[in-house]
Amino acid sequence: MFEFLEVLRSQSFMQNAVIIGLLASLACGVMGTYVVVKRIVFISGGISHTVLGGMGMAYYFGFNPMHGAVVSALVAAVVIGLVSLHYHQHEDTIIGALWAIGMAVGILFIYKTPGYSVDLMSYLFGNILMVKRDSVYLLAFLDALIIVLVSLYYKRFLAVCFDEEYSQLQGIGVVMTYLLLLCLIALTVVILIQVVGIILVIALLTLPAATAGYYARSLIQMMILASILGAVFTTSGLIVSYGPDLPAGATIILIAGLAYLVATVSKGLASKFRGGLGKKTP
Amino acid sequence: MSQEKAVVETYHVDFAYDDALILEDVTLTVESGDFLGMVGPNGSGKTTLLRILLGLIHPLRGNVRVFGQPPERARHLVGYVPQHADLDSSFPISVVDVVLIGRLGKAPRFGRYRKTDRQAAEEAMEKVEIHDLRNRRFGALSGGQKQRVLMARALVGKPDLLLLDEPTTSIDGRVEQDIYELLKRLNEKVTIILVSHDLGFISSYVKHVACVNRRLVCNPTDEITGGVIEACYGAPVHMIKHKCEL
Repeated sequence: MFEFLEVLRSQSFMQNAVIIGLLASLACGVMGTYVVVKRIVFISGGISHTVLGGMGMAYYFGFNPMHGAVVSALVAAVVIGLVSLHYHQHEDTIIGALWAIGMAVGILFIYKTPGYSVDLMSYLFGNILMVKRDSVYLLAFLDALIIVLVSLYYKRFLAVCFDEEYSQLQGIGVVMTYLLLLCLIALTVVILIQVVGIILVIALLTLPAATAGYYARSLIQMMILASILGAVFTTSGLIVSYGPDLPAGATIILIAGLAYLVATVSKGLASKFRGGLGKKTP
Repeated sequence: MSQEKAVVETYHVDFAYDDALILEDVTLTVESGDFLGMVGPNGSGKTTLLRILLGLIHPLRGNVRVFGQPPERARHLVGYVPQHADLDSSFPISVVDVVLIGRLGKAPRFGRYRKTDRQAAEEAMEKVEIHDLRNRRFGALSGGQKQRVLMARALVGKPDLLLLDEPTTSIDGRVEQDIYELLKRLNEKVTIILVSHDLGFISSYVKHVACVNRRLVCNPTDEITGGVIEACYGAPVHMIKHKCEL
């Protein structure tokens, strides 16, 4: 712990890592809440894995892979969103296919990139300790964009997530609102990839929000609680992993997963206990 | 021509999912101030007809007018109460926030609801007597309470026509009666079309009954007899005393 604080004080890489962890917590708390309540975990998984295709292509053509990730995440969000709206019957199969194709394209481009071969592992599993300062600025910008748009569209997002049909009857553009929501989830995915990598994104997107969901009474409460939980998970993950030199992303996810399991079990026991006393749960 | 204006008119409406004909040659007129009970067995196309009146789906053939306009354009005059069982009861949303969704079309696009929207929500909750539940979580309510919340949501837009889809399924008899009493009061100002699969209480509260079973078996203005109902359900039905004004 002291060792960690010492490194945090003196080393910019650890400062960047903590800042990115906090930025990611805010995004995953807010957007993860939508993913959990709207039950679009699979759709979000599809978006996050397709991103590898964009990163690989950007890398091959000599662009910043982060920019490739932003573009491909947005494209994937729109395509997958339209698939889920129009091909509802085969939704999971089509998204599963896009998911795999995106990753395969990414792997091919990375493999064929001449010169020093980038560490594929760092895209897939993230490396929060290697993130540079200019990525911090990009992520801060994406965070701000997400917060501003969510506060503007809060009541529409709430309505579309809770009751799509009734929102349509109210004459609001349900399709555009839904696609905007998916695009914001896509931007969140790009932020989270920096922390835990493509493979584990979905865990960080859902676990803090799902844990918060056990205790929150409203969407906004769930977002705030999920963001705080996310901050606790990422920061404690960094602290725990630093000493024994464990991969930070996997450590963060493990802590988040354990917290979720503890919350699930204790919630289950609590309601069982109340039921045993003969009290009627509301 | 009667003085009362037609709220809903359908002419020879057919509707099909894939190849299965759900509705066939449905011609129906509902006049202002009516309280129409639409009954029929499960899968008879009642809900489909309701969704056509909302403009959520379009008929294969035929013509539909709501307040003299295509259904999509009359939506701001229509309040809709769907089946509450279709809504996710684990969703973290309060009663007042559910009711406010009924103001979404009138509220500003960005940011928060206006004061007038909130006032309208308070009034609607008063009207259906759920004001004390306003901060409760929607999912934690009983079936009857949920039904009232959805009625408040439908009323908050101050509609002239109220459409209800099976408002009393999974609700016990006394609560069911309360809801019908409430609807009867609302009917003083609002035209009501109520869909139900069983005749139960409905016949003593509604002004007219229409039986749907793919076709409109009996017209609202026909006298309801055991024989007509039987023709609709295709089996004898224990009928409860009903009123059918002509």
